[in-house]
Amino acid sequence: MKIEVLGTGCAKCKQLEKDVYNALAELDVAADVSKVQDISKIMAYKVMVTPALVIDGEVKVAGRLPRKEELHKYIKGE
Amino acid sequence: MQFILTMLQGGVKEIISYLSAHVITCLVPAFFIAGAMAVLVTKGAVIKYFGSQAKRWVAYGVASVSGMLLAVCSCTILPLFAGIYNLGAGLGPAITFLYSGPAINILAIALTGAAIGWHMGLARGIGAILFAIIIGIIMSLLFRKDEQKRLGDIESLPEEQSEKSGVFLVLFFGVMVAILIISTSKLAPWIKIALDLSLINSLAIMVHHYFVEGEFRSWMEETWSLVKLVVPTLLVGVFLVGMVTAVLPPEWISGYVGENTLGANFAASLIGALFYFSTLTEVPIVKGLMDLGMNQGPALALLLAGPAVSIPNLLVVNRIMGFKRTAAYFILVVLMATLTGWLYGYFFA
Repeated sequence: MKIEVLGTGCAKCKQLEKDVYNALAELDVAADVSKVQDISKIMAYKVMVTPALVIDGEVKVAGRLPRKEELHKYIKGE
Repeated sequence: MQFILTMLQGGVKEIISYLSAHVITCLVPAFFIAGAMAVLVTKGAVIKYFGSQAKRWVAYGVASVSGMLLAVCSCTILPLFAGIYNLGAGLGPAITFLYSGPAINILAIALTGAAIGWHMGLARGIGAILFAIIIGIIMSLLFRKDEQKRLGDIESLPEEQSEKSGVFLVLFFGVMVAILIISTSKLAPWIKIALDLSLINSLAIMVHHYFVEGEFRSWMEETWSLVKLVVPTLLVGVFLVGMVTAVLPPEWISGYVGENTLGANFAASLIGALFYFSTLTEVPIVKGLMDLGMNQGPALALLLAGPAVSIPNLLVVNRIMGFKRTAAYFILVVLMATLTGWLYGYFFA
């Protein structure tokens, strides 16, 4: 699984990255997590508000922090 | 030794004056308002007005005021700007948003009003909105021939939180703005407390009946994260300004920007446009300069050119829309800030 956290370095973007690592640890799932800070790459996902969460190339959340249960749901792929 | 002591005293004095009742009573409600906006105003609802299908004048109008709703932290401005430019309504509205966003956020206006004066807060707010629209329109006229090809349309995602009705939002934010105004007004303290308590009570009722689970909590978290983001740098900024102004000879300031001349306004807006001001620190800086004799016109010019444009911000903008447009934007902001400051100083100071 490939998880990308889109964000330009704002506080919430860092929080989302932390949340993702925590969720992966809790669910005991392995994933390739990367941070996308380049604005043109963020635009390529057609996302206008950061932070955003992209899993396997699909935008799941944009412009807010997902709640913990929500994040778990996305990671488990439900 | 004496010199250092004077500086430290100046810094401490300045901090104390910012911790005074009228600044705090104004900033505390403003933080709650900004926090509530981040949680309750669904971004999708605003963003659809920036789409490539949106009517031009609607896009300009929404772009000029939506900074108030969307962007308390300047780091959210640039992705939105890039989005409007590449995916949405195009160059003009994108520029309008880029300019107005940092200039009209509720915290900046409230602090300007409390620390410098309400006429300046108002001039800054209204000035920024008009300014943003005019610059946006000029930019889109200048570059109408080579509008850039779009990368696609904005992806809309379902929002998870409950949508609130427009009436509810107007009432809810209206009550909070009323608290802000009453707290900073010159009414007798007991009247203020009585009115504020009854308004807070009605807020509590609204929260109890209309908020879904978790919303109140995210409101509080959002408010607290804004406080953590803004207050430390603001206090450091206030302290540094206090130290510098304690030892800076007033003649230096009044010599350059003491009169409301075009030259003084130009100097103020150029300095404002080049330097980076961390969120809200432009307010203590301008206040410090005004205490040393800076004229009101150049002060407004500095406030108008300051937070919207800075070298780091221009570098990113340059990558998004290229050198020609960035240079034109920079020149327009400096010229317009000069002119607006000069007119303001001429008519009101």
